Amino acid sequence: MKVAEEPLEELWHEEPGLGTWLSTADHKRIAKKYLYTALIFLFIGGVEAMIMRTQLAHSNLKLVDPETFNQLFTMHGITMVFLFAVPVFSGFGVYMVPLMIGTREMAFPRLNSFTYWAFVAAGIFMYSSFLIAKAPDAGWFNYTPLSDATFTPGVNVDFYALGLIFLGMAVTGAAINFITTILKMRAPGMTLNRMPIFVWGELAMQLSLLFAQPALTLASVMLMLQRHWHFHFFDPGAGGDNILWQHLFWIFGHPLVYIILLPALGIFSTILPTFTRRSMVGYTWVVLAEMATAFIGFGVWVHHMFATGLPSTALSFISIASFMVAIPSGIQVFAWLATIVSGKPVLKTPMLFILGFMVIFVIGGVSGVMAASVPFDQATTDTYFVVAHFHYIMAGAALFPTFGAIYYWGPKIWGRMLHEGWGKVSFWLIFVGFNLAFFPMHILGLMGMPRRIYTYQAGLGWDWLNLLETIGTFVMALGILATAINWVWSLRRGERAGNDPWGSDTLEWATSSPPPDYDFERIPEVRSLHPTWDQPELRDGKQPPEAGGRSLAQHHRVLATSLLDATPEAIVDLPKESLWPVWLTVGLMGFFYGALTRIGLLAAAGGLLSAVSVVAWVWPRGQTQEMCWISSRPGSPESSFRTRRRARVRSRGGGWSCSSPPRRRCSGC
Amino acid sequence: MLAVGTAVTLFVVVMGAVGIMRGRHRDEASIERDVPWGERFVLIAGLGVTGVILAAFFLVSVRAMASLDKQGRSTALTIDITGHDWWWEARYPNGAVTANEIHVPAGQRVSLRLRSDDVIHSLWVPQLAPKIDLIPGRLNHLWLEADKPGQYRGQCAEYCGLQHAHMIFFVVADPPGAFDRWMRAMAVPAVDPSDPLAQEGRALFLGQSCAGCHAIRGTDATGELGPDLTHFATRRTLAAGTLAVSPETLTEWILDPQSIKPGVTMPPADLAPDQVRAIVAYLLSLGFGSTP
Repeated sequence: MKVAEEPLEELWHEEPGLGTWLSTADHKRIAKKYLYTALIFLFIGGVEAMIMRTQLAHSNLKLVDPETFNQLFTMHGITMVFLFAVPVFSGFGVYMVPLMIGTREMAFPRLNSFTYWAFVAAGIFMYSSFLIAKAPDAGWFNYTPLSDATFTPGVNVDFYALGLIFLGMAVTGAAINFITTILKMRAPGMTLNRMPIFVWGELAMQLSLLFAQPALTLASVMLMLQRHWHFHFFDPGAGGDNILWQHLFWIFGHPLVYIILLPALGIFSTILPTFTRRSMVGYTWVVLAEMATAFIGFGVWVHHMFATGLPSTALSFISIASFMVAIPSGIQVFAWLATIVSGKPVLKTPMLFILGFMVIFVIGGVSGVMAASVPFDQATTDTYFVVAHFHYIMAGAALFPTFGAIYYWGPKIWGRMLHEGWGKVSFWLIFVGFNLAFFPMHILGLMGMPRRIYTYQAGLGWDWLNLLETIGTFVMALGILATAINWVWSLRRGERAGNDPWGSDTLEWATSSPPPDYDFERIPEVRSLHPTWDQPELRDGKQPPEAGGRSLAQHHRVLATSLLDATPEAIVDLPKESLWPVWLTVGLMGFFYGALTRIGLLAAAGGLLSAVSVVAWVWPRGQTQEMCWISSRPGSPESSFRTRRRARVRSRGGGWSCSSPPRRRCSGC
Repeated sequence: MLAVGTAVTLFVVVMGAVGIMRGRHRDEASIERDVPWGERFVLIAGLGVTGVILAAFFLVSVRAMASLDKQGRSTALTIDITGHDWWWEARYPNGAVTANEIHVPAGQRVSLRLRSDDVIHSLWVPQLAPKIDLIPGRLNHLWLEADKPGQYRGQCAEYCGLQHAHMIFFVVADPPGAFDRWMRAMAVPAVDPSDPLAQEGRALFLGQSCAGCHAIRGTDATGELGPDLTHFATRRTLAAGTLAVSPETLTEWILDPQSIKPGVTMPPADLAPDQVRAIVAYLLSLGFGSTP
């Protein structure tokens, strides 16, 4: 049965304007919002860091009072981790994953919209605390009992706990969306072992988030119950235990490090083949390393608690896991080296950023291995040595690959090349500034400077190293500014990018820059790990039908494929833009402000609006959404498998025929 | 560990740099899709060599841990340390009590029993011992040994609120004989001053709110909120290492502690200048008297 095709532009187009800017379900528009928002939070978190560094440039400075300083370092941590690093990688993921796997949308477009708005709203919620000068001030790790109602009676910690519960909704929704998209929507032929490493990185990141986030949400709920409703989870006087908070926090908090690191390593292993003009050496091992890191990452949380007095036997187990987690990193570093040595390295700006990251990652990895040793960690934990270590890993991972990605994918996203010269200036400023800012912290830590102090005394020999760090911070800020200027300039004046300016190997380069609303004119059929290198017919996104290209030009639809082998399974109609995710966010915002101010009416109204929005969101309206199953060639293994699994699928014998589940008419199959 | 770490970093940097130098002018067509040595190199270097180095590190670190545990089992003396917002209390078995200055005999292992009175603190003397947290509801242990007599600076390492930056203390290692004399003298109650100004100060101290929070053994002052001041004049610092003890700093501190250490529990004193002078004179008279 052949149904007339409609123009893809009409099927996928959204009218530009404020209305659809709010309601859009287009992954590219949402991704750009993610990126802009995350970079604004990078700016805010950076300003906080610069205020702190100015205060610490010399002993006994009094630029800000201790209360403000404590709020600044708490919000700096929260901002950089939750509002910059995680969203920026989600942003690149939301943009690139559908393109890299050759589909047209995320699996749940409206959920995608909601998770963005919920992230922004949670960020605004937490930052609104500055308006009443009551920002969270118990550290991003928020240890009890310092964070309970006795020692922090103000609303500071309520902003933290409620904000993170709110953010947890966004993060969990996004994780489900990513995992479904990656596992079920890859272009036909993109078997798991042909999936780009960045997509693997996103998969590892989102799987970790899905399993780690509940611990933080739970801990935050328990803390709110203890603060306001007389529960005693963390109160030793009533049989509770403060160590419980630390376990719950770090069983989330340590995987979080890998949640930030894994997509960064994915970006690395995606940019590297392009700029060494060869495939990744040891692709399988690199992928296994990514997944192994995500897995082992759940077994090392107690190494944040080596100084809490837990028994030595328990510490030894966590110590060995902490050493082990370095092995996958070792595999990846040596795979990168082998790729560089056997390829033709091209030192464009994206390549510079990832090479810079490789050096930083190795230094951070080496200091991390040191900290895996219990006696060494007991000496250095809670000192500037550890501040140095995790900035090398986390800030290194969140800055360098992100900036590399801006230069690498920027031409795809905005259609114009960024300026190379400014890019190189920016790289060197950031690289030199970064090392100047963070390397001396190792030495200061060993000299005895503890973390989270708002000032220090004269005569300890700490002044000049601290001054060096402060200078480094400002140099780094200049480098970031250089990229910002470069970006603004390039948006108007940059050279037009064309489909594939770098000669890359992945599918996002097989369509125009920026991609059309529907991403690909035809859903490609992939036969290689490097589709755009090995399948020349793919290059303009119009793979002809005889080569496997599928237009799917009816309705707003995408192809669902099988989990391992990406054989077509079903055609799925996706919903279009909607304002209900925005209303849901508004409702939740009302609920959380109600809970914060303890105005029951506001919370109830917010809850009601949320409930109404959810119902309205999924309420079936005019446009019917269908899913119809594709039967595969008779006799093929997966055909019989499917027949066994879903007896209702009628095979019509053709590779492209499609049968609908009973009582549900499927048009256009 | 540092040497191996540096070697690994250098190896990566040098190999990367050599690779870039040699590969930059390579003919693209000559690049092979599969490098036979590539996967072998990744496995040998990434899994094998990394694994062996890490296993060795682990064994060394576990042995160090076991040896530290074992050495901690026999100690000469046990001191009880309590962390407070934001100062340290030290109690000795003979009843001596002091604050922010932990005296130990040099060359002997000393065991610390650690508790917290409010939030989590962490005791850290970088030159002497690893750090250990003081956690409300839990009892932790740490041993330390100062090889040579001297003064070792320590500081709270776990963020504990507003004045985490000013929770400093000193471990003072005395030669064993001197330490015994110190501990005995510290346990003796304060001697009443003979100087009239100091006597006036004593009356003011006991009559004003001071005695509500501070204890001076041998007087009616038995407060427990702030540090024990029985032999205050023997200490080197004030307000948990914030200031050196002198008549000027002490005057400043008594009049307005909040401007020096914002958020500290001690309230500003509503006293006339000569009253403060009297209290300062009294506090500075609280030495060891004639005992040592």
